[in-house]
Amino acid sequence: MDSFLEEEEDEEAAVGRKRSPAAPAGSTLQPPLHLPFLPVLLHQPASSHENKVNFKKSKEACLSYIQDAMLQKQWKRAAEFLTFYVESLEKDYSREPISPSEMIWRIGTEILCHHSHSSMKEFNCFVEQMKTLGVKRYLKVCLEHVFHLLCNGQIDEAYQNLSLAESWRFGEQTALQDKEMKLIQAYRGLLDYYSWSKQKNVLLERGLDGFADLSVEQEMHSCFRKAAVNLKEIIKIPGVWDLFVKCYVDLLEFYGDHNEARQVLNEYAYNSKFPANPNAHVYLYQFLKRQGESKKSVISALKILHDIVPSHELMIDFNTMLQKSKKRKKRRLGLEVIFAALDYAGWKENVKAWSCLARQVKQIVISEKHLDWIKQEWNSRKDWWPAFHFSRYLAKRNWQENKNLSYEKALVAGILLGKDGKYFKYVSHQGCKAQVKRFRILKKFVNRRNPVYLRISGLSDSSVQP
Amino acid sequence: MLTHALSACQRDFNERCAQCSEVNWGLTDGGRYYCRSCHNVTERTREVVNTDFMTNSRVQTISKGSRKQEKTDGGCEWYVCEGFQLILKKQAEALEALGVCSQMKDEVLYSFWRCYLQKSKQAYCNRPAGETVKALSVRESSTDVDSEPERPSLLHLLSLSESEGDLLTDCSFASSMSKVSESTSIYSGSVDGSLYLMKNQKEKLRMTMPTTLSFCYMALLWLREPITLSELLRFVVEGHIPYLNVFQHFPEKMKLCGLDLKIFCVESWPVYEEVYNKMLELAVFLDLPRFPDITDSCFLHPDMLCIKYLMEANLPDELHNWTCRVVKKIGIGEVDFLTLVPGNKSTRKVKYDILAAAVIVVVLKLLFLLDDHYEWLLSDLAEERNKNNKEGGLYFEFKKWYEVVKHSLDVEQKKLDEERAKYLWRCEKPLFYSVKNKSRVLKRRQMVVNLQNQFGKLSGSVRRAEKPNPSSFQLRWSEENTDGSCFHGHSLKGILQEKCGLLTAMNPDYWLCTVKLCNEKLCGHLAHYREEDFPQSYHFVLRLFSFLLRIQPSYIHDEVCMIEHKLFNKKLYKKLKYNTVLRK
Repeated sequence: MDSFLEEEEDEEAAVGRKRSPAAPAGSTLQPPLHLPFLPVLLHQPASSHENKVNFKKSKEACLSYIQDAMLQKQWKRAAEFLTFYVESLEKDYSREPISPSEMIWRIGTEILCHHSHSSMKEFNCFVEQMKTLGVKRYLKVCLEHVFHLLCNGQIDEAYQNLSLAESWRFGEQTALQDKEMKLIQAYRGLLDYYSWSKQKNVLLERGLDGFADLSVEQEMHSCFRKAAVNLKEIIKIPGVWDLFVKCYVDLLEFYGDHNEARQVLNEYAYNSKFPANPNAHVYLYQFLKRQGESKKSVISALKILHDIVPSHELMIDFNTMLQKSKKRKKRRLGLEVIFAALDYAGWKENVKAWSCLARQVKQIVISEKHLDWIKQEWNSRKDWWPAFHFSRYLAKRNWQENKNLSYEKALVAGILLGKDGKYFKYVSHQGCKAQVKRFRILKKFVNRRNPVYLRISGLSDSSVQP
Repeated sequence: MLTHALSACQRDFNERCAQCSEVNWGLTDGGRYYCRSCHNVTERTREVVNTDFMTNSRVQTISKGSRKQEKTDGGCEWYVCEGFQLILKKQAEALEALGVCSQMKDEVLYSFWRCYLQKSKQAYCNRPAGETVKALSVRESSTDVDSEPERPSLLHLLSLSESEGDLLTDCSFASSMSKVSESTSIYSGSVDGSLYLMKNQKEKLRMTMPTTLSFCYMALLWLREPITLSELLRFVVEGHIPYLNVFQHFPEKMKLCGLDLKIFCVESWPVYEEVYNKMLELAVFLDLPRFPDITDSCFLHPDMLCIKYLMEANLPDELHNWTCRVVKKIGIGEVDFLTLVPGNKSTRKVKYDILAAAVIVVVLKLLFLLDDHYEWLLSDLAEERNKNNKEGGLYFEFKKWYEVVKHSLDVEQKKLDEERAKYLWRCEKPLFYSVKNKSRVLKRRQMVVNLQNQFGKLSGSVRRAEKPNPSSFQLRWSEENTDGSCFHGHSLKGILQEKCGLLTAMNPDYWLCTVKLCNEKLCGHLAHYREEDFPQSYHFVLRLFSFLLRIQPSYIHDEVCMIEHKLFNKKLYKKLKYNTVLRK
């Protein structure tokens, strides 16, 4: 195909032959170059980009080294690169989403928290510098500092810092950081609560001994006032304030202001401006229980909790409460609650939950009323519960690990899946073999009630009388 | 600038002549004052003699008290070109310390700089540039020229008119400029900093920081010093040649602020292309004649540079034979091709370092094809032969070479990347745009130092070690090492064959990096490089040289394409024609 190339090759070869053919390397008389063939298809290239190495790029690279080091917990290395990164402070990058000064604050804090050679003194020194560095996040830096102090048990220093931060004024910045200020005040309130509760304990101890110290009592009351004012403020703002709410309610209850406490908890739980928060309902439920309130209000608190977190641990209490109820509707809800709880893996091996379910299911089967409740609940679960709860493997394991659990589960499985279900079959067989009385009774019960299974699973709707 | 000094000297000595009572002084060659009316030579000598070209005349005159009084902040009047002069001096001194001959600083660079000042009308001319100056009446002045030191060479090139009036400007120039400085001092510390950036400087070349390096490179090229541009720039980055923060060496009284920062502060490393192109522009601007010939005994000749790069790339010495043949075949070793002729638009200007690297790449392609297949095949063959052949030299195994070099390259690249990330850009001497934010800047600086100390302690490693000694080689391979990591002595026999009595490559095929070259003047590139479009072996080789030269792989690729097209010009032309015939 490349016939036209030959002439050139020949020509070159001829020239080569004229000269000494095997010229040694490096000599001036070199053989001419022999050119290879070109491919059939020729290649088409594309463009490239190039970048300058400059200050900013170098600092960006530095930052990514720091991040890598931090992810791998190489604090020394991170500190090393940070030494070079701090230079970016001298350059104004106001357009960046996170300014270098904020970066340095966050990274530096993290390094100082984890580095083996850092000390509290060093940390304080760093934070003081960071405070002067950015007015825009002055209070954030203060707050972070306080947390660090608290984590290191320096409560007095933390309190001092909070008070100082509270008195900070910086033109319009003070107004702009209003939210942070509220937090600062709230945390000061929390520390006031802390000393109140300490003094309360001192007084209670001494009270037992018959001593009553007026000054301690007064101080305690002043702590109460300071704490109450600040805590009350923060929980007005929509948000998740579990800690603050708990402390505030504790204060109110101690001084007997139950109405206020109820109002606070109701607001916290039911105000739609607040984000959905299961704990709000838990606190309300606990308060109502403490106050010995009516079943109705307690149940309504738990009903909402059930809606938000069906797997909550209080669902056992809720179910027990509902089962006892005389109203059909509530018992129906109870069944729903316990079924829903057992949908979650966390409850899989909880004997209490299974016994709740077993008890209620057994009751229904014996009374032969409301079998449709079970049928309805079972309908949506029959595809996956057998594998999730009632496999042969689980039967074996439950039997080995917890006989009580396997008893309760076998009862439920027997009713839901009939006497031929894997779980029931295995457990009842094992139980009979071990000659345990209740398992024999269980076997009898299930065998006798087998038609119920057929009804629940919808296999013989017409043949069995309601 | 020299002119200022002269007018200053005139003002310095204004006593009446002892013989004729005239005040009309000139300067003798010996630096003594003589009376132009009666030719009476006094005993008084001028104290400021600008014999050392790098001596900053203005700064010197300040110390003599002749310069305009100090400003309130303790600074003095100074001009932007003086700043650059100082920088050039520092850079030339550094180059001298690196072993460049002293001619470079004392003669070549000096002449270039003077010529530049004259051509750009900043000194050595009748009317220095600047709007304000034009308005002034140009009075005949009568002080003699400063004594010119003997310059045996090159001066003739510079067409420096040394007649009296030529070097003189109006006496009131300095005072008029001080008016300028008063009105503009808010914006710059130097007298003409603000004018410098404002002026429409299209017709003349404005000095920038990268241009200082263009000056240096031009001087080095003129002297045919064994240093390439890529090396020069690497020495700059490594800190052997002052560039970044060089203003910290300015005298105390030269205050930088405002627009001066824009001129003298750099936050980027010099870019090869920029420095190179500026050098070409400068050579044209200065009307320089053809540069001294680059012959095959010069370091910059591709045959010489190839030796260096082959060594550094740990490739067999035997390859040099092949690079020489390629160089010869396409005539890129010719003096006319290699020698720089400023302003000659018909020839492509040569980047010696990139050219040599590209020659090696082309040779590797010729022998090994670098198509991610053939080179491994050859490597397996060589391995086989090495197993059987216990005596004699080893055959070159591409695979082993790749492994060894890749490892070193990765290690060095990682080191380099980290060094770049760890680079400290700021110096002790803080700069501020205006006095207003001085305290803020100083505070920031203090904080940075504090934080550096605090985290430096936590970093465990001691402050950065001394900068490494300057070296031409970045990768080193020694045959004394017994670990077999040096391939210089390896033989290519395995991949060559005897054909018609001469050794040719076994490889009969070739692939071109590009079919058609782009127009460099329109597109800026001869070719375009995208890593994923090319074989990995090829990219690896480009990456290796890209690391050695500290330039983008695409620059080497461009040059490879250029060489290939010269090499295959005839074949390619025929083939393309053949293809079009087929299509018809």
